[in-house]
Amino acid sequence: MIAWISSPRILRGLLPAFSLAVILVAIFYLQPRAMSYFGLNLLLNLALPIAFATLAQMCVITVNDLDLGIGAYVGFVVCVSATWLNDQPVIGVVVLAGCIAVYGALGALIHLRNLPSIVVTLGMSFFWLGLALLVLPTPGGKAPDWIRAIMTFKAPGVPMTIYASAAIALLVHIGLKRSAFGAVLRGAGGNPRSVERAGWSLLRIKVTMYALAGFFGVLSGISLIGLTTSADANIALRYTLLSIAGVILGGGEFVGGRISPIGAVLGAMTLTLAGSFLSFLRISPDWQIGAQGAILIIVLALRVVINRTEARRPR
Amino acid sequence: MISDRLRILFEKPWIWAFLGAGLVWMATIAFTGGQGAGQILSAALAFATFSVIVGIGQMYVITLGPGNIDLSIPATMTFAGAVSMKIVDTQDSMVVLGLVIALACGAAVGVFNYGLIRVLRIPPIIATLSSSFLVQSSAIAYGRGLKIKPPPMLADFTTAKIAGVPVLAICVIGLAAVMGVVLHRTVYGKSVIAIGQNPRAAQFAGINVDFTRFATYVLSAVMAGLCGYVLSGFSGGASLNMGAEYLLASIAVVVIGGTSVAGGFANLPGLWGAALFMFLLVTMLNIFGLTAGVRLILTGAIIVGVITLAGGRKT
Amino acid sequence: MSDTSEKIVKLDGVEKNFGAVRALDGVDLQILSGECLGIVGHNGAGKSTLMNILAGTQSCSAGAVSFNSDSGGGSRGGSGSNVGERAHNVSEAHAQGIRCVFQELSLCPNLTVAENARILHPRIKGWRWRRQASDLILNKLDEVFPGHGIQADDPVGDLSIANRQMVEIARAFTVVDTPLRLVILDEPTSSLDAIIAQQLLRHVRRFVDAGGSCILISHLLEEILETSDRIIVMRDGRIVDDRTAGAFTRQSLVEAMGSVVKEKEQEQLGFASKRAVGDPLVSAHPPGQDSGIKLEAHKGEIVGLAGLSGHGQTEILVRVFLDKRKAKSDLALVAGDRQNDGVFPIWSIRQNIGIGSLRNLLKNGFLDLDAERKLADSWRERIAIRTPDMANNILSLSGGNQQKALFARAFGSSAKIILMDDPMRGVDIGTKQEVYEMIREEATAGRTFIWYTTEMDELNHCDHVYVFRDGTIAADLARDALTEQKVLQASFQGAV
Repeated sequence: MIAWISSPRILRGLLPAFSLAVILVAIFYLQPRAMSYFGLNLLLNLALPIAFATLAQMCVITVNDLDLGIGAYVGFVVCVSATWLNDQPVIGVVVLAGCIAVYGALGALIHLRNLPSIVVTLGMSFFWLGLALLVLPTPGGKAPDWIRAIMTFKAPGVPMTIYASAAIALLVHIGLKRSAFGAVLRGAGGNPRSVERAGWSLLRIKVTMYALAGFFGVLSGISLIGLTTSADANIALRYTLLSIAGVILGGGEFVGGRISPIGAVLGAMTLTLAGSFLSFLRISPDWQIGAQGAILIIVLALRVVINRTEARRPR
Repeated sequence: MISDRLRILFEKPWIWAFLGAGLVWMATIAFTGGQGAGQILSAALAFATFSVIVGIGQMYVITLGPGNIDLSIPATMTFAGAVSMKIVDTQDSMVVLGLVIALACGAAVGVFNYGLIRVLRIPPIIATLSSSFLVQSSAIAYGRGLKIKPPPMLADFTTAKIAGVPVLAICVIGLAAVMGVVLHRTVYGKSVIAIGQNPRAAQFAGINVDFTRFATYVLSAVMAGLCGYVLSGFSGGASLNMGAEYLLASIAVVVIGGTSVAGGFANLPGLWGAALFMFLLVTMLNIFGLTAGVRLILTGAIIVGVITLAGGRKT
Repeated sequence: MSDTSEKIVKLDGVEKNFGAVRALDGVDLQILSGECLGIVGHNGAGKSTLMNILAGTQSCSAGAVSFNSDSGGGSRGGSGSNVGERAHNVSEAHAQGIRCVFQELSLCPNLTVAENARILHPRIKGWRWRRQASDLILNKLDEVFPGHGIQADDPVGDLSIANRQMVEIARAFTVVDTPLRLVILDEPTSSLDAIIAQQLLRHVRRFVDAGGSCILISHLLEEILETSDRIIVMRDGRIVDDRTAGAFTRQSLVEAMGSVVKEKEQEQLGFASKRAVGDPLVSAHPPGQDSGIKLEAHKGEIVGLAGLSGHGQTEILVRVFLDKRKAKSDLALVAGDRQNDGVFPIWSIRQNIGIGSLRNLLKNGFLDLDAERKLADSWRERIAIRTPDMANNILSLSGGNQQKALFARAFGSSAKIILMDDPMRGVDIGTKQEVYEMIREEATAGRTFIWYTTEMDELNHCDHVYVFRDGTIAADLARDALTEQKVLQASFQGAV
């Protein structure tokens, strides 16, 4: 049992949970009042939109690509949710469904023309931002009531965010890591040529993963508007880098199709808490951004240490 | 014979960027009825200069191979600008010293970045990302948010023109030419290209992979430092978000200019073509009187369109 | 082969062009059930292209591929496609019961062994798919490679190369719904040691005797002679010989391939040890070696590393390379795994050769393009690289010629010590002889070689041989004490 628990593969898998635990413990130590239902709710509030964005990024990373436009996209979804989804729900739903279709089309384009996803999604980030500005030139709008109701629902025991995050993480885990088709999806990241030779359509796989990313992006925007009540095109721009960091913190790798949905969600939560952690530490606002970088570095350094231990073990 | 020459010209990786720039410029002056053609070009050269400076550094980094990218460029620009402006403190006698300081700031960031990448084995995207947080914080803390004016000599130099062509642009054209020769005809440059194609083979062919990567990340940060310095001179001082648009700009000029994001294939002229194209595009859209939202949408669509037409690396 | 054997696949006048390169020049071939067909030929003969066409991963430029008549599948290439025939592609090949194991491994390293099995069989789905896939692959592994020690939930990325190859081969033999008619094995034993290779060949015989068909491509002539019922010899895109296996000998096979063959007699030159004078240039201690034996190489010596593959030879080569580089010595390494360790795929042949000699090609600190060109051209002559233009992309060369370019890179450099990591893999016999000759010349001129090889014959060229077993040196033999027996003994059990 000890040997199993201390095996590097398991340790690496536990690292995201461990980092989250460490930050939680540190926060509670600094601010015991946070250890209440209300406190937890406040701390983890924004975790759900970030988790969705991280899952979206994870889908793209699974097929060896990167989405530098997810932040702008979520911003657009937020603007649509605060306007059309509120006043003219049918149009709002159609637009959001259209967004998912556009994401799928992007996947097809990237695959068929062998384009670098970094550049395409970068270009799209301008596109989404511009669209958001067209829909909502100045901050405003109003969150639909039903979304607000869901997001502020008082769940028994622990805040709704935690249930939702756990449920999402589990669902995606089953879909991607345990199911038969999930193996094919991940295989396309590990060795695309041979998956194609085995008869699977790489085009379909790419489109699926990108469309999934678009879908999670929509969920991210919808959950975000439920929390912030008023919309702004720039509201989620930082999600781009945050989502990448979340996937990596969660044990994922950029190439090779090695990802972990549960890790990604845990990573997202860790990063969300990092912000609050820093204010509790009374770090001067000048250094808060810097401290977030420091946290990332520390966690990754830990992963290196674990990997080094593995390398030294006899095979 | 001519058709052969034409074919060779069209196979050059940078041709599309220049063609695009030319087309956009012509569309603009067609709209204005020929008015201001010269000024537009002059302004394009002036502003594109800064994108090219950071583009050079980013291009070398990207050419090292997939996964290599420098996300700390904006932060480094800000940091170098803030530190050098504060120390020089509008004194003309310290102009050269200020340049040296800015370059040294860049070098320090570059060394730090590579330390994270090499010692802590952090993937470059995350390493430069986290480092950018720390560097930005340092810039904020050091500069205390005040915009310090540049020395008059520097301001004059960066805005001077000869027959409508900015002096700085001429210098940077020269710089790009030199860096092009370095890339294709020196041991260092060939090492970068080799590593981008096959890092293991590069090692076994006797190339010092570590040193080459180290030098490249330092180069990129030094270029960012240089850009921060001259940009401060050009825009009347270093401000905290002066680097904001230059991250996307640095990547965009690299890729639209024909350098492969997969590494191992790069060209310098394309940086100028792409930078001119991007600036002329924004000018054109401004002149057409389109709002910010439409401008952004079109910018994004054109970036995606250009890269789609050019296609990815043919495997 | 029984009288009731049926025709599985028929190729009529199949041609394949890659631009100006004619890879297949009109191939007529029939494959019957219950036979093992061996294919031999040097690089550029068209074997891999032919297999790609059979397996559906490439289509032919002209000619027809047809399957046994009742299923009605098949294809015609070029103009004049017959609308009634289904296009031949990978799914069609699978439907016809054709599987292929290529030289490049095609498993997904991020997936487990069982998940990789599923990738090949879309029919495995539903709740219990994981158990189904695990059983499928483990049963087949037990059948082909008893005692393999591989678990179904091992991530493939964690397995050794030999194990990965075993999984790949076993996977090709798994059957879920469509019956398996033909398995194509392209150099299947390249990463396997002798015992495991024998297991595979025995399974091939069992499979064939039970009515299946197998195509075996190998440059190990003994394997082909032992295992095949029928052998075809290919050269320059055509079949030049087609007889039953018993009608061939090793000699006649080599002759049929049409290369110049220099026999082994010349190796019986007098042996003079180069160890008498001076200190060793290279002195390396394999990790975990407890006796005082060190790997040593003196100036002008050809040192061989022997033993079963994957027993630490490549590792020590890499270590010697890195250590010596740190000490600023001039070394070169010729890779055996050229895709991962050797070739720069965007560059031309000329640039691939020149990269090994950059510092020597400098003029005033900048690369002298003329000197680079001269270097490449001189090596094209010396080592006979088959290409119309050295400025062509390196991938336009066949595998064996790419390997020659890698040799040129190392030999053309100023390196005093050249390490070779089993570089003769997939290289034709004529080229091998030429390179052996070159190695001898260079050694006489003072260059030192450390040569890891998996072929016993090549050890005869070495002055000193170290046999590796389990990562350490099991035997330390000067050439006058070298016998095949001793090497085998050291590779398998107790020291000599």
